[in-house]
Amino acid sequence: MKPFEYSRATSPADAVQSLAEKPDGRFLAGGTNLLDLMKEDVESASAIIDLTRLDLTEIKETEDGGLRLGALAKNSDTANHEIVRTNYPLLSRAMLSAATFQIRNMATNGGNPLQRTRCQYFYDTATPCNKREPGSGCGAMEGLNRNHAIFGWSDKCVAVHPSDMAVALAALDAVVRVQGPDGERSINFTDFHRLPGDEPERDTNLKPGELIVSIDLPPSKFAKHYYYLKVRDRASYAFALVSVAAALEMDGDTIKDVRIAMGGVAHKPWRATKAEEALKGKPATKQNFAAAADAEMAEAKPLEHNQYKVPLGRGAILRALQQAAGIS
Amino acid sequence: MQDPSKPTHPDDLSEDESALFADLARGGIARRDFLKLVSGTGAGVFGMQLLAEQRTYAEAASLADGAVAAAAPVAGGIPVKLTVNGTVQSLDLDPRITLLDTLREKLALTGTKKGCDHGQCGACTVIVDGKRVLSCLTLAAQADGKEVTTVEGLATEKGLHPMQEAFIEHDGFQCGYCTPGQLCSAVCLLDEAKRGEASFVTPDLGNPPTGDLSDDEIRERMSGNICRCAAYPQILAAVKDVHSGKKTASTWGFASEEEIALIRKELFHETI
Repeated sequence: MKPFEYSRATSPADAVQSLAEKPDGRFLAGGTNLLDLMKEDVESASAIIDLTRLDLTEIKETEDGGLRLGALAKNSDTANHEIVRTNYPLLSRAMLSAATFQIRNMATNGGNPLQRTRCQYFYDTATPCNKREPGSGCGAMEGLNRNHAIFGWSDKCVAVHPSDMAVALAALDAVVRVQGPDGERSINFTDFHRLPGDEPERDTNLKPGELIVSIDLPPSKFAKHYYYLKVRDRASYAFALVSVAAALEMDGDTIKDVRIAMGGVAHKPWRATKAEEALKGKPATKQNFAAAADAEMAEAKPLEHNQYKVPLGRGAILRALQQAAGIS
Repeated sequence: MQDPSKPTHPDDLSEDESALFADLARGGIARRDFLKLVSGTGAGVFGMQLLAEQRTYAEAASLADGAVAAAAPVAGGIPVKLTVNGTVQSLDLDPRITLLDTLREKLALTGTKKGCDHGQCGACTVIVDGKRVLSCLTLAAQADGKEVTTVEGLATEKGLHPMQEAFIEHDGFQCGYCTPGQLCSAVCLLDEAKRGEASFVTPDLGNPPTGDLSDDEIRERMSGNICRCAAYPQILAAVKDVHSGKKTASTWGFASEEEIALIRKELFHETI
């Protein structure tokens, strides 16, 4: 690990100020991904600004009836929070599917969506990677791309975002509140992450120096009919090959509203808007669910080794919706 | 390079060798013994290695007694105070050092193991402020002011922790490298279940099990600790024993004289 100057932020404003003074610096929260990447020299920083003593750990209801998740609340505390489990069980499930008890005890709500891809070419500094080293090329495009994207990739990058939490947050229309050199602003979660385009080195639309202070959830309407389906190479402690967060608001047998987001298929949590559009106002039947899944997967562009993700994604959408609706 | 066929004369010391001599007093080896080591034909390098090892162990032993905690100040070091297994340790550390390396290299608490050093195996699991975490992905600076419990801190004067007893009872290890992490994890699992924390396999999030955990629950809750010897069934049995407070059948045991005789008779047609 390259040497860095260590300091401890005393307030969000102090953290933002400290980073403004050290443009090569990085914020450190749980450290489960950043420290790993720094050991591999994939990431380096002249200064580490430790956020872990900041008072951003609260989880509390907002005035509009939603829920505010403090950026530094641990993933384990969030997934097990009474209100999250009761009103946002989709989020709780998605978070519990990720990593392990140890890692969830360390990882924070602000840090989780900021974790980097686990693409092996991004990690291996001996190979080209446009995300790690812009302009060096993409090792995965013609290389081993079994775990890579089927939606929204570019000729610069085919990596996928690894977070489960982010998939649920995308489905639940969360909002990211940030504080930066120019003050506070809010970013819709579906606009928070980017597709790679010509700048795969940028995972998110955060501006330099901005700090996530909370993730806000709108009032819950998907506590009853929801499912998080995660398909992976082993039953626990593995990243998703494909995951689906499905949430339904029912009016009798009719789908009043629906949210579907996918993980493991794109550079960002993939909102399956075509499938959603195909379902609104329709009866919750297996046939309608299958048609919705087909509509979404028709757009997929698999690579050499991940063609299996197309039928897997179709089946995962179908099954997640069936589970959410409670029909077989 | 010196000609290895000629004896090294103690007077022909390089600066490095002289410096090594100067350090010797700390390791407790008499100068003349060291000279014997390096004076042997061609044995100089080997001798120095032996000496280095001996010094390492000597320092480790003195640290383990709790007599000396901090080494010389580190350039650009930061002060870090940790309470490790009940003992306050005031250290001056390179900001880059992980909690794992601090425990092992600075405090000589080598029970905590370095497996992958990348958060993938769980061998480095320790308990910080009552929660199990990975010490390889925690900077020591982040743990400043916190209470750290390692495998060395699980046993008390009364004896081993019940989880340690159960691991022995059920043979929950083979090579033992992952065991300290497994133990810290398993001990925390008990508290998490008591607090009503759910796991991914908990059927009803509104009603997580606080009593007996199913086998699947234990497996999921222990999935962050990899065992290359695959002692998983025995680890599961050990955790289950302690969690439920009920003894399950031990997975191994010594054969009785009668059983051995029976086996001899059946397999080898021996007569008693």
